[in-house]
Amino acid sequence: MSGATSDYTIAPDGSFTAPLELFYPYKRTVGPTLSRFLTGLRDQRVEGTRGKDGRVHVPPAEFDPVTGEPMTEWAEVGSQGSVVSWSWQPSPVDGNVLQHPFAWALIRLDGADTALLHGVDAGRSDAMTTGMRVRARWAEERTGSITDIACFEPVTSTAVVARGGS
Amino acid sequence: MSEDVLRIRTPIGIHYRYSAGPNASSHLRGLMEGKFIGKRCPSCTLVYMPPRSTCAKCGVLLGEDVEVGPKGTITTFCIVNVAFLGQTIKIPYVAATILIDGADLGMQHLIQECETSDVRMGMRVEPVWKPREEWQPSLANITHFRPTGEPDADFDSFSGQL
Repeated sequence: MSGATSDYTIAPDGSFTAPLELFYPYKRTVGPTLSRFLTGLRDQRVEGTRGKDGRVHVPPAEFDPVTGEPMTEWAEVGSQGSVVSWSWQPSPVDGNVLQHPFAWALIRLDGADTALLHGVDAGRSDAMTTGMRVRARWAEERTGSITDIACFEPVTSTAVVARGGS
Repeated sequence: MSEDVLRIRTPIGIHYRYSAGPNASSHLRGLMEGKFIGKRCPSCTLVYMPPRSTCAKCGVLLGEDVEVGPKGTITTFCIVNVAFLGQTIKIPYVAATILIDGADLGMQHLIQECETSDVRMGMRVEPVWKPREEWQPSLANITHFRPTGEPDADFDSFSGQL
């Protein structure tokens, strides 16, 4: 916890105010399942785990949500997918995947049966639709993190460009 | 190919702008003038230093500013012998609860300029201020308290604080 008392200001009611920063430099182990997922992202490969019922979970689940057994079977899925649900973020905050307005979206990647939460760089909210096609924009420097996918972007077709171009 | 990813960094932080509120602010304003300013409860007359907004006993808003101290009495203390993360003071050192003269609530501060083994309940202490040009609205204007050399306070004068 830190903050500079010297940066204080005095409010109209006479109260002193000063910055206060609460910060935790966490670092954690990821376990074998997320390790494989994140290592794959570093290599621009998206993998999920397949449950007993055949459904593919991306991001991978460590345990089968149906049987409770450890998930050991893996499946590679596409880096493109469809938006299942989304919400517009008009004022991004520090640490968000993009620092200009974007959409938070649940994205079901091709070959997956569950959705992944990420940002979509759509430019404006009326460019977003449920069911729209998006693709991963890979980060140039990849370290083994969910942000190795910098964000998703609309798969542009002529129709999309025409609609979102104004 | 490099090694598998085994751990990730997930730092998290929140930027606040803290407001001390009007009551603590009169105390902070006092610290910028080298004074201890507390507040008195209009109902039970207890003096809170540092002040809070309401009296914990009566539940009423605290009233007038009261200048207290600067000397005080050690009511309880702890000799810190174990190092911890983020520690800035050389061990061993004494963290004490100090009842500032005229206040009815103890405050925490550091005791220096004596052997840790000499610190005792009832010991009289006084604040040591940083150079005036370094003063901020902060209790950190006082680097520590040190013994005054006065005779110890009577136990009865602070036994209600224990």
